[in-house]
Amino acid sequence: MYESMVMQRMLEEKVVELYKAGFIPGLAHPYMGQEAIAAGICAVLHKEDLIVSNHRGHGHSVAKGVPEEAILSELMGKDAGMCLGLGGSMHSTDLEAGVVFSTAIVGGGIPLAVGVALALKMDKKPNCVVCFFGDGATNTGAFHEGVNLAAVWKLPVVFVCENNQYAVSVPVSKSTLASLVQRGQAHGIPGQSVDGMSVLDVYAAASVAISRAKKGEGPTFLECKTYRYTGHGAYDTGLDYRTQQEIDEWKARDPIKQFEQKLSAEKLVTSEEIENIRAATRARVENAVKFAQDRPYPSDDLLTRFVWA
Amino acid sequence: MKTLTYAQAINEALAEEMRRDEKVLVLGEDVGKLGGVFKVTKGLLEEFGPERVRDTPLSENAIIGAAVGAAIMGYRPVAEIMYMDFLHECGDQLVNHLPKMHFMTGGKLTAPAVIRTQYSLGRNTGAQHSQFFPSLYMNTPGIMVAVPSTPADAKGLIKTAIRGRNPVLFIECAALYASKGQIPEEETLIPFGKADVKRPGTDVTVVAVSRMVGEALAAADILSSEGINVEVLDPRTLVPLDTDTILESVKKTARLVTAEDSCITCGVGAEIVARVTERAMDCIENVVRIACPDIPAPFSPPLQKAYMPARDKLAESIRHIV
Repeated sequence: MYESMVMQRMLEEKVVELYKAGFIPGLAHPYMGQEAIAAGICAVLHKEDLIVSNHRGHGHSVAKGVPEEAILSELMGKDAGMCLGLGGSMHSTDLEAGVVFSTAIVGGGIPLAVGVALALKMDKKPNCVVCFFGDGATNTGAFHEGVNLAAVWKLPVVFVCENNQYAVSVPVSKSTLASLVQRGQAHGIPGQSVDGMSVLDVYAAASVAISRAKKGEGPTFLECKTYRYTGHGAYDTGLDYRTQQEIDEWKARDPIKQFEQKLSAEKLVTSEEIENIRAATRARVENAVKFAQDRPYPSDDLLTRFVWA
Repeated sequence: MKTLTYAQAINEALAEEMRRDEKVLVLGEDVGKLGGVFKVTKGLLEEFGPERVRDTPLSENAIIGAAVGAAIMGYRPVAEIMYMDFLHECGDQLVNHLPKMHFMTGGKLTAPAVIRTQYSLGRNTGAQHSQFFPSLYMNTPGIMVAVPSTPADAKGLIKTAIRGRNPVLFIECAALYASKGQIPEEETLIPFGKADVKRPGTDVTVVAVSRMVGEALAAADILSSEGINVEVLDPRTLVPLDTDTILESVKKTARLVTAEDSCITCGVGAEIVARVTERAMDCIENVVRIACPDIPAPFSPPLQKAYMPARDKLAESIRHIV
């Protein structure tokens, strides 16, 4: 989990740098600050378990085991990308890693994940699907339609709401009167609110929810309270609607630092081992950047190849 | 040959495909015990059980989302949206997700879901239960669009749709559900993108869509007694659209009439006329589009009659250009 979080962070820091330098076109929504959620959830999942992600999904891909070369190549629109450069930052699919799809339409992944779960159930597979979305998605009709349908059909899906406090600029307090966890519960399924800055808390809650899904007991709603360090996109500081003080307060509870301190305090890891992990991860990220930068753009024939199957 | 109604033909095709392939499943509002509000899924629950014939909550976006998710996992869902008007309730899954799964993922996913729906113009159901807007989806690359006009076409096309690898929007017509037609006893699959010459003729080409095919044939009967020889083409699928067969016919007749139950602006006829004009401008003497005016469908029966395209209006337009 620690290594996953470090990779998520270092890769994302590089993404922001590459974005600002003009190497990543279009949009990119950084995951910095939210790493404990992807790491904690995916640590419970098996390789054959699936995830459905969203526009802020680089961390999910890392945590589920997508090679960083494929992630960065996709972000740069290169031919070695997960989706051959046809998807971009907001669209990830790597079936080997269990990343089914990530949608760029807020809430849109929820009904789709319900269909994936339906297929798993009908195939009598021992697996489940985790659907990641943000606090903003809980205000969409797709959320309520999807969660309700999964509840009624008792499907093997876990709904993970990453409450990073803002839907672009609008805080949760101005868009939602109910607590988010009540929204899951309102559909007749268990809901739990956890500290999304604590990877161990996320892991513990995920263990219960995922085991419930796999036992055929139906969906669970998890609200993971977290914070995104950047603005909505890599282009944005978020200081138009947030104070530096607020950002600093959340950063003081940084999920990676917290976990590092815990591991050190319990003598599960030495500072040398931490430094080795960081150095190795940094090298992997640098190699992935070089790999992606050296890859060609897709040839023009890709434009028409996959319109029809 | 046997005689079946349009609704029975689709029902028979669904049952045959479900028997043939256990990955075919049916979901939608009231498709189970009720057999669909138009009885198109009648008997499927009894034969195939509640796992494969699923009544859903009133959640169109979740119905199509579930179909997309199941399709990318290897199922062949046939989802029913009760009225075409309700497609706007699931526009996100229908437009932003389903048609783009294969493309956006660089071919890693395929989504062979069939979305069945029907339009009800002519049944006095008012402005929110009458609309027919297939050209919206002709403007959405990645989803095929079928518009069967006869029981045999409906059966053959839906079988092709279910077995194909692409998403299909299958638009039925409620006014046709009770219409009867001959169906081959042996299994018949009708290819997409192949227009059917419903009546050969030499003086004018009428490209008619769905319910208007029957109206065009009736208009052709009226006009034949006046010495006007009408060719009626039924494209059967709008995506892909068999432009070649239309062009071939227009090159022969030099007159093109399109007929559909959509509103006229940016309708199916607009696209057909544009394609023919681009490729055979020299051959065309006259072009007429017969469609609904750009007005929401009215409720009151006399107003609805005035609003809808029909055989007499079609015949009158043809007389003007021949």
